[in-house]
Amino acid sequence: MIASFADPGQKTTPAPFGHALVKAAQENEKIVGLTADLGKYTDMHIFAQAYPERFFQMGMAEQLLFGAAAGMAQTGLVPFASTYSVFAARRAYDFLCLDIAEPNLNVNIVGGLPGLTTGYGPSHQATEDMAIFRGMPNLTIVDPCDSVDIEQAVPQLAASEGPTYLRLLRGNVPTVLDEYDYTFELGKAKVLRGGNDVVFVSSGLMTMRALQAAKELAAHNVDVAVVHTPTIKPFDAGTVLAEVDTDRLVVTLENHTVVGGLFETVAGAAVRAGIGKRIVPVALPDEFLEAGALPTLHERYGLSVGRIIRTVLDAL
Amino acid sequence: MSRRSRVEAAAYRMRHHVLNMGQAQGQGYVGQALDAADILAAVYADQLRYRADDPEWEGRDRFLLSTGHYAIGHYAALAEAGIVPVAELETYGSDDSRLPMSGMSTYTPGMEISGGSLGHGLTIAVGTALGLRHQGSPARVFNFLSDGELDEGSTWEAAMGAHHHQLGNLTAIVDINALQADGKTDSVLRTEPVADKWAACGWFVQRIDGNDVAALLAAFDAAAAQAVPEGQPSVILCDTRIGRGVPLLEDREKAHFMRIEEHEWQICREQLTAGYEGDTK
Repeated sequence: MIASFADPGQKTTPAPFGHALVKAAQENEKIVGLTADLGKYTDMHIFAQAYPERFFQMGMAEQLLFGAAAGMAQTGLVPFASTYSVFAARRAYDFLCLDIAEPNLNVNIVGGLPGLTTGYGPSHQATEDMAIFRGMPNLTIVDPCDSVDIEQAVPQLAASEGPTYLRLLRGNVPTVLDEYDYTFELGKAKVLRGGNDVVFVSSGLMTMRALQAAKELAAHNVDVAVVHTPTIKPFDAGTVLAEVDTDRLVVTLENHTVVGGLFETVAGAAVRAGIGKRIVPVALPDEFLEAGALPTLHERYGLSVGRIIRTVLDAL
Repeated sequence: MSRRSRVEAAAYRMRHHVLNMGQAQGQGYVGQALDAADILAAVYADQLRYRADDPEWEGRDRFLLSTGHYAIGHYAALAEAGIVPVAELETYGSDDSRLPMSGMSTYTPGMEISGGSLGHGLTIAVGTALGLRHQGSPARVFNFLSDGELDEGSTWEAAMGAHHHQLGNLTAIVDINALQADGKTDSVLRTEPVADKWAACGWFVQRIDGNDVAALLAAFDAAAAQAVPEGQPSVILCDTRIGRGVPLLEDREKAHFMRIEEHEWQICREQLTAGYEGDTK
């Protein structure tokens, strides 16, 4: 069963989060790492090996993980606490909300397997994590595309006041954005390429798919712009709406349910600004997803490059 | 004045503050605050290292109130400690007060955490104790929790975590008043044998009469004697009586949220004073 969303032969970088955290920790001695029995599966083990005295194993106990991270932040430390997104969002919500977000502590929540990045079924697929977290005041939400985003985001997450949630991509993570004139800036969306017919607004690994689909749509004589918005909250409405408010077809692309994620963020921002136009979502359906191989599931649920192209051609 | 007399006098004053706050607001968790007054007096008048004029002092011991609804009792202790002015207590529960009905760290000086969603305090205390130890601080961490919070799984996640990390700088104080929102604890969810549970989690366990100041001081001394940065965490299980110090309330049908008629507050104060003066004669 294929468990990776990387394309065969694609350039990847190993454990970018773990290595970026080690590098950030060299600069900032307040940084500590915690996990709930998922160190090896969230690339936190890289940090644990480099800084064993700054790594804290909390056991398979997510409520303790985030309560303790809050307590550590109150003593002046800067915790990065990792688990799977499903457990952070569903199981430990009350602790994130009241112990971390309400007092606005600098705790950095690192969630593995966001959206559809595992074929294990609903127990592991955090298809609604952004929907859950967007309602939490004070929380910054980051949905990185690739290893470049992750490497550049980690020090900015540590430096930013208040809590953050990172939708972690782990293991051998695709490296895509190095081919573009791009740097990650917390809170900013970036136009990766221009195009006259269609505007893609994307986040997370769907930016990688959006860029690939844009290239292939050229063969259909469709010219596609891509706006990457790795920070979901606070949302860079200025940059995104400047692209949305045109005669081009607008398509949002997210690795998340169509409920409460990027599509609704963009749509809500557009309506507030008085922009009334059709926006086509590429997103997961509002249902519990099946188990299986990731390429199969991405094709089934519309996240594959081929499905994106068909969605665009149908909508034009 | 002996340690014991000093703490008893503090507890007496705190109970008066509680009755005054309860009357001003017409409601409040007066029964719980009265039962916990001896514990909180022992903590603030005898155990805790703090600076009244600098509640954020880095070297302070941390007292984490997990049971947000006990805030009324905690405010009385903070007033007794000189951290909150006594005159401010009458604002308890009013709009724009720094003293909300349920305790919150963002509102009140000296309030380390926002309790109220139960079962959080000990998890935060584990992180506070880890963080202080990691940075070489000798400060201790006290977490006050209720026996109702023993229903919450997170409390036991934290209990195991504290033992695993050998948090000798952590002391938990459990107020066992045997009452929770829907009734007597043993009818809601049986938590006994409580001492055995903590011992099984690897803690140094003492169980005492939480309204006996001499017993409280002895227990805190025993906990302090073995408090080292890397060692066994300590728990003091305190059996207490709702409404303690005011016979009218001690004898009333036990309720999580006690109703007190307007004309009864003065009777409560008089009974409290009579009892205190009788004991100290």
